[in-house]
Amino acid sequence: MRLLSVLTLSITALFAQAQTTAAPETNPPAANPLLGLPPVPIPADNPQTPAKIALGDKLFHDARFSIDGTVSCATCHSEKHAFTDGKQFSTGHHGLTGTRNAPTVVNAAFYTSQFWDGREPDLEGQSKQPPVNPVEGGLANHEPILQIVRTDPDYKKAFTEVFGVADAKLTMDHVAKAIASFERSIVSGNSPFDRYYIQGDKRALNAAQVRGFQLFIDQGRCVSCHTIENDQALFTDSKFHNIGIGINAIQGDVPRLASAFLEAKAKGGDVDQIVLTDKKSSELGRFAVTDKMTAIGAFKTPTLRNIDLTAPYMHDGSLKTLKEVVIHYNNGGVTPADAKVNDFLSGGIRPLNLTEAQINDLVEFLKALTSPQFAQTVTAAAQQETGHVSH
Amino acid sequence: MYHINRSRRHFLQTSGALALGSTLPISLVELAFADEKQNFTFAYISDAHIQQIKGNRFVRNWDRGLIRAVAEANLLTPKPDFVMFGGDLAQLGSAPELDHGAEILSALKYKTRYVMGEHDYYLDLGAYWEKLFGPQYYSFDHKGVHFIVLNSIRTYDDWTYHRWPTAEQRMLEMAGLDNPNSSPFMVGEEQRQWLKKDLAKIPKTTPIVVFSHSPLQKIYKGWNFWTEDAEQIQALLKPFNKVSVIYGHVHQIQYNQIGNISFNSVMATAWPWPYPQAYAQAEQYLPKLTVPMNRSDPFFERDATGWQFINVANGHVDLNYLLPENTDRSVGFDKAAKKPVDAVYQSEGARIPPQSHF
Repeated sequence: MRLLSVLTLSITALFAQAQTTAAPETNPPAANPLLGLPPVPIPADNPQTPAKIALGDKLFHDARFSIDGTVSCATCHSEKHAFTDGKQFSTGHHGLTGTRNAPTVVNAAFYTSQFWDGREPDLEGQSKQPPVNPVEGGLANHEPILQIVRTDPDYKKAFTEVFGVADAKLTMDHVAKAIASFERSIVSGNSPFDRYYIQGDKRALNAAQVRGFQLFIDQGRCVSCHTIENDQALFTDSKFHNIGIGINAIQGDVPRLASAFLEAKAKGGDVDQIVLTDKKSSELGRFAVTDKMTAIGAFKTPTLRNIDLTAPYMHDGSLKTLKEVVIHYNNGGVTPADAKVNDFLSGGIRPLNLTEAQINDLVEFLKALTSPQFAQTVTAAAQQETGHVSH
Repeated sequence: MYHINRSRRHFLQTSGALALGSTLPISLVELAFADEKQNFTFAYISDAHIQQIKGNRFVRNWDRGLIRAVAEANLLTPKPDFVMFGGDLAQLGSAPELDHGAEILSALKYKTRYVMGEHDYYLDLGAYWEKLFGPQYYSFDHKGVHFIVLNSIRTYDDWTYHRWPTAEQRMLEMAGLDNPNSSPFMVGEEQRQWLKKDLAKIPKTTPIVVFSHSPLQKIYKGWNFWTEDAEQIQALLKPFNKVSVIYGHVHQIQYNQIGNISFNSVMATAWPWPYPQAYAQAEQYLPKLTVPMNRSDPFFERDATGWQFINVANGHVDLNYLLPENTDRSVGFDKAAKKPVDAVYQSEGARIPPQSHF
């Protein structure tokens, strides 16, 4: 129910935004949950419809798409945690864990590539991988999923209605399209930052957050990658950077790992499997996809929207708080401060000389990027969980 | 072109790490021999311009460029036989800069040889550099190729010894571009005599590879893309069948053919220079063969920088420039045309227009 209300809000908002552009006076921007976002990119071959989104929602929450019937997309991308799982590494079937932190689905629609290393170009491609990853869904192939959606009466009806396909003509592409459609509906702006910067409501941020915003675009250099424009802010450049996370643990080992990885890949090894099952190879980052040395240890710039709700941080979930994150950057891409800077560090990462007070201001600003709808959902979920514990 | 492709395939096949060679931000130079067993590779890193700010503080971006090149060179498969450093390790020739640069280069897992750059030289005329790296000019033989290293950035004695009140000022004057107080580079009489003797022992069929910091051809005097006695050096090299000159200093891709001599430049790890034709305040002779490199993103701190991987396989050099966040380039010696040719941008019509602004 909670989810449904979020969904409805998003769909309504999609249309509301279109209207806002045309006639802002008749539709006050304060009511626009997509404030601060550009139009959602929708692929020409997968247009959004309410029925398709609802089907994707159902698929997203179906735990039967895993070898032991326990893991759905929502297991690691739960609305209770702003579509993450709050864990350092996600838990797959039989309690297995991978090597990367589950990124939020919220606003993932805006990325130009998916996964931390961008190995899939779109949400459709992304959605097919986890069910067949050995430490996530654990299925050998997509057949079990197809069997379910081809025989389950509800799915049969929905796929016929949405795509006009059934039986053998119903393929994994249809499943992926529906899930991607659902994910494209999980978009959300209208944070205090949006009301302050885009809408011009100077009361939307407190004094510390205003100072933090100035640091964000100035001394903190954050905006170089977590981009903001005049009329929209995705807080990501959709590029890949080595920021000194993960790679530091394998520095001496990079020559061996890189050539071993390329050899495995050349022999037909599956990138998705290798990077999620071998922690050390995982730290090669974008290199695993492009084979380019400049991409060693580089990971995708995540959006910062709702970042306060999606701890722990970084591709390996190694930093627990936003303050730890800011300190890592302030150190010039190393944690702890006296660790050796890795050879492949992106040049934009350098010591920032921020004071303790400035670090705190930056953290306060990051807390102003939360969309109200998720703030409410996550708070409610947390209260419910606390209630459970006290029973 | 077939020549490059075949040689490159050879490199890839032996690499095991299949994709590595095709993705390096480097120029891959190949000297191909009829007997492929003689083929070998070496890496070329140049123009790091390590610059001291104060005490133990150095310009971070130049440090990172060199550190990255060293780390990447250490990833090469197959392993290069040796590494050349092409000069301008330091910015103002001081001991702290040369020491800091030498320390970064010490992480290389290969035998490393050095070329003198003007930024290394004009403070103490190479005295400290010699202590660290050895003689300023020398030759060596490796798997059938005769390699020669020249100090090509000397100049007129009067300018060097009598013009400037301090060594520091001399260094600064030579470090400037478009500086009327500067002076043209030259190899000089002493080294030309030595070169003549050195070459006398070498059969004319032996492939010769010359490493210099400045181009041993005249391109643009204002920035010392220039060697004053280039013609005299070229004359000494003329009797040999296969001669390649590889030079740094210009921080950009250049190539040219003068008679029997192929010229190829290497990139810098520090920063790129614009092509003189986009900026010339004096007459310039950028080689007609050269197709200028596009800069993909000057905001990207490693844009248009890189280093070189050199695969030696029939006595001519072929270079693959593999540029971070830019389109890869291959420049190889074309046997039929008898000159270096870009693998993609060959005919005038197919060439990329040079970037004139951003």
